[in-house]
Parts: sequence; C-alpha cells; structure tokens
Amino acid sequence: MDLWVSTNGGGLLAAAVLLPFVAMLLGLCLGGRWLQRVAFATMALGLALALGIAASWANATGPLVYLLGGWSPPLGIALRADGPAVAMLVAVAGVVCGIGLFARADFGSPPDAKESRTAFAYWLLLLAVWGALNLVFVSGDLFTLYVALELLTFAGVPLVCLAGSGETLRAALRYMLFALCGSVLYLLGAVLLYGGYGTLDIPLLAASVQPEPIARAALALMTVGLLAKTALFPLHIWLPPAHGGAPAAASAVLSALVIKGSWFLVLRLWFDAMPGVATAAAAQLLAGLGAAAIVVGSVVALRQQRLKLLVAYSTVAQIGYLFLLFPMAFDAEGRMALADLAQTAGLLQAIAHATAKAGMFMAAGLVYAALGHDRIDDLAGAARALPLAVAAFLIGGLALMGVLPSGAYLAKKLLLSAADESGQWGWTLVLQGGAAFTAAYVVLIALRVLRRPATPVACKPVSMLSQLAALGLALASLALSLAAAIGPLPAELITNPLAPKELGTTLVTFAVGALLAAALARRPLFDRAPSGAPARGGPGVWFERGDRQVREWPTAMLALLLVAAASGWLLVRA
Amino acid sequence: MSVETLYALAACALVGIGLYGMIVQPHPLRKLIAFNIMGTGVFVLFGALAKRGAAAGLAADPVPQALLITAIVVAFAATAVTVALLLRLVESTDTASLADEPPAGR
Repeated sequence: MDLWVSTNGGGLLAAAVLLPFVAMLLGLCLGGRWLQRVAFATMALGLALALGIAASWANATGPLVYLLGGWSPPLGIALRADGPAVAMLVAVAGVVCGIGLFARADFGSPPDAKESRTAFAYWLLLLAVWGALNLVFVSGDLFTLYVALELLTFAGVPLVCLAGSGETLRAALRYMLFALCGSVLYLLGAVLLYGGYGTLDIPLLAASVQPEPIARAALALMTVGLLAKTALFPLHIWLPPAHGGAPAAASAVLSALVIKGSWFLVLRLWFDAMPGVATAAAAQLLAGLGAAAIVVGSVVALRQQRLKLLVAYSTVAQIGYLFLLFPMAFDAEGRMALADLAQTAGLLQAIAHATAKAGMFMAAGLVYAALGHDRIDDLAGAARALPLAVAAFLIGGLALMGVLPSGAYLAKKLLLSAADESGQWGWTLVLQGGAAFTAAYVVLIALRVLRRPATPVACKPVSMLSQLAALGLALASLALSLAAAIGPLPAELITNPLAPKELGTTLVTFAVGALLAAALARRPLFDRAPSGAPARGGPGVWFERGDRQVREWPTAMLALLLVAAASGWLLVRA
Repeated sequence: MSVETLYALAACALVGIGLYGMIVQPHPLRKLIAFNIMGTGVFVLFGALAKRGAAAGLAADPVPQALLITAIVVAFAATAVTVALLLRLVESTDTASLADEPPAGR
C-alpha cells in the first residue's frame, strides 16, 4: 500500500472538492432561478460522486489517493480518502440533499417573484459549505486542512446572519471572532509541527512525530483551536445565539454539518497524524468536557422558552457525545489499541447527529412558519396541526436518545463494548446517563405539543416537500444502524428492540428523562400556563446562570487558555 | 543570540499581546486588531523557522514562504469579512457592542 502514489478513482476526490465550488461560481454568475437549478443539479451530481467514491474505496485495498499536479509529498499535496472520510463524504452529501429539498420552499425563486438577496446568498453558501467540508474530509495535509477549515468558517458565518437583524449580526460576529482565535491556535500548532518535522503531510508526520515538547505543544494548541470552532463546552460562547437565530434551513446546515468539520479534524490529529503523542490522560479531559457539555447543554435546553434555542442547546449537549469516544480508544494500559472501534463509534454518532439534528431544526422552522411563533409553552395543539413536522422532531429526538435501531444506539453500543474492554467503568455511566438527559427534553416537547389547546390553533400551510425532507432525515437517523449493519460492523450488535433487556433500558431512560424534566424544566411538566408565566426556580436556574457566565467573552477566552494548558500538561504527564 | 531566536522571541511577544487584547478588549474592532497581531506573531515565527530549517547552501526553506503567503491571504480575507460584518452591525443597531443586550446610553 503506497500512500504517496495516485490510485484508481483518486481523481474523484478532486472532483468532489471542485464540483461545489465550480457550481458556486457558476451560480454566482447566472443568479436567480438558474442558481437554484445549478444547486439542485450539483446536489444530484455530488451525491452520485460521493457514492462513486464509496464504490471505488470498497474495491480498493487502501485509501484512495490523488496527488495534485503529480507532485508527491513532502513538496506536493495529496488528497486521501480513508474509511472515515468516505463515510463522512457520503453522509454529508445525503444531508445536503435533504436540506436542499427543505430549503426549496423558503429560498426558492418562483417564476413570478423577484430574486431575493437572502435566497441568492443561501444557495451559494450551502454549496460553499459543502465544498469546504469535502476538502476537510479528503485533505491529506495539515495546512490544506487549515485552509479548508477557514473556508468552512467563512461560509458558515454569513449563514448565521442571513436574516440581517442586529441580533443575528452580533451572533455572527461573535462566532467569527472566536473561530478566528481558534484558527490562529491551530495555525500556530501547524507551524510548530513544520518547524519540528519539516512536513505537514499526515502519514509522513505520523511516521516521524515523537512524544516530545514541540509535538505535545502543537497537539494541545491545535486541539483547543478546533474545540473552539466545534463549540465544545465551555467554549460554546457563540453557538446558541448563532444556531438559534439563523433561518431553519441555515441552522440545519450549521448544526448538522459545519461543526462536524472541525470535530473530524480533531479525530485526524489524534488518530492519524499524531497517535504517538496523544495520551489517555488528555483523552479523559476531552471526554470530561464532553460529559459536562451533555449535562449543562441538556439542562439549559430544558430552561429555554423557544423551540429553536432548545434545539441549539441540544446541539451543545450532543457535541459532548462526539468527544466521549476519545478515552475509549485507549486500553487499560493507556495504549491506543482500540482506535478503530472508537473512531467507528464516533463517526456513527456524528452521522446520526447530523441527520437527526438537521431534521429537528427543520421541524422547528416549520412549526415557527406555521404557527408564527415557536414558544414552547404555547405549542399545545401543534401535533394535530402539523403532524409530519412534529413527528420529525420527536423521531429525531428518539434517534438522538439512542433508541433502537438508531445510529446513536449502535454508537453507544460500540463505545460501551470499548469501555468494557478497557475497564473504564466511569464512562459507561456517562454513556447510559447521557441518553436520559436527551430524553428529558424530548419528553418535555412531546408533552407540550400533544396537549389539547384551549382555543383552536390558527395554522398557516407549510410546504409538503419541506415536511417530508425533515421527516426523511429524522427517519434516516433512526434507521441508521440498519444501514451500518450491512457494512463491516458485526451483526450481533443489533438486537430485537422488544427484547426485555433493550425494552427495559429504553423505558428506564424515558423514566429518568421524565424525572429530570419534571425537576429541572422551566415550567412544571403538566403545567397549562401560557408563555410569559414566570420560570420556576431550583437547580435549573444555577445551570442557566453558569451557562451565561461561561458564555461571557473574557470567561470563554480564559477557558480556552485553561483547556490548552490542561491538555498540554496531561500530554506531558502520562 | 542568533537572529532566528530573536525573531522567535518577537513572535512570542506578538502572540502574547494579541491574546491579551483578545481577552480584555471589549470592542470588536480592537479584538480584530488583536487577532491580526496574534496572526502576525505566528507568521513571524514561521519565517524564523524557515530560516532555521534551510538546507545547506540555501538562504531559507522555501516551503514555509509559500504556506505563509497563503496564510496571510486567509487572514486578510478573515479581516475583510469581519469588518464587513461589523459595519453592518453598526449600520443596523448603532452600536458595535458584542454583549447580548447593549447597556443603554452607549
């Protein structure tokens, strides 16, 4: 297996990166209705291309490689697609298509209407996000990855302020400045690595990197920079206003896709570029922050008044899950022996979250469009008025909880088996308990939307295609483990969902979730008061206050430095 | 002390000044300038490393220079986007504050 020679099908990787950007430039020139046609044609082509890459990867013995201009590293730049990259390419193509179908109703240009600036920007940015993500997945070089990451941020930030109001502009500016801080730290790490080893090509670096101060400093700086861009607690300063304020079709892109880019890069650094430098102790720190994110994000989600902000805080919590995989990669002696298992679980979780969260944001957007508001306390009767959208929301919630046969279930199962193998019992508790925190806000919303309204609900019609797109994505997440079972995963991981053991776990999760919601939600569970009623006190308020404090700019920046210092120290100590 | 070490120390100082500005300056424009100072520190460091890592007979390693120019362009683009956002924010709210609810009288 040679990582420095172009392989069959390698050209497809370059095509996957180029296609969205070429389409974006073409759409920029054509504009109007043509832009939308170009976007949809690109989605069809891009999906086919992603599947083509998957097929060539399945036929090849190793990763697909494409050397740009035929120059081989360290002087040239290689594009590579290994298993994780292929999985993410296909998943992102699928989610982009779903979001595109949803957005047709909001940002479509009907023949008789004048083209709106928002719609024009939306389609261009959607294509740009897609291209940047494809580049993140296939880059084989840490500097190209830096450029890809910046492209992703530049495409993501304007999506936040599509609506153009002062509030969203402020959210976008916060996002931009904090993300820039993260990217400087990443670049600093990359520069140190180049200074130490004279290459930024990932396999070359992996072969020469040693656990010495320069590599440790670089890994700590780059990881923290990426955490700032991924918005792992306590660095989630920008996420709730940005994801909660954007239009639904844009929030879906931001929450489902954009944050996955920087997360994927952490995976690349830890498992591909510098496996010899990463230590179990530093991995514990990442997962510890993840566990804190699950608790704080879920509890603050319960305290929200608006559905979209609840979903945004749910993203804060779900990002936590994405970091639980890191300690599971290490065995009991602290060697990185279970990296493949942990990485597979992480990717499953990421894809499950991408599909489910896109569906949930779309459903929240549909509720807002139909009812004219998304105040959680006034959602009574929504289930009857908008059965498909509400079903999409709740199915997405179930999928995130890890109910069989969702992708999150399989991810949890894999991580549990890894925790078992490495004797890390503490994380078993977090993995099981996390689902209950997710259940809490799913139960809360279910109770609110299923309630009978005092007066009939006035409801504007919403696009059927949008509802089906949201439902389709949520169902995809719920059925993801079935698709994964066809692949290389062992079939015994899937069990009968009605078997006493599985059913028991599910019921206990729901029960604990309901208890959490009853104890911590903003209003009592079966409360009938309309919105505007004062919030309940109790421990939930402390979480809310803590979250507000952490999201103050100086606190967040100090947290950034603290996390960098702590991970650096933990990389040295082990 | 060699020239490279001097440059590297200057880079450290720049990154430190930038980080400090990022933390304590509340105004977004000042934060943006702090980001640029921090970025310049990284660029200077890269330049110093290029000089140190030069192969025999060459004045400097050329690869970092190629990467540097790209990084500078990226930082320039980032600055431009941020300034555009900031201008729009001031246009639509008459304040440049990043706080969720700007205090009255600002």
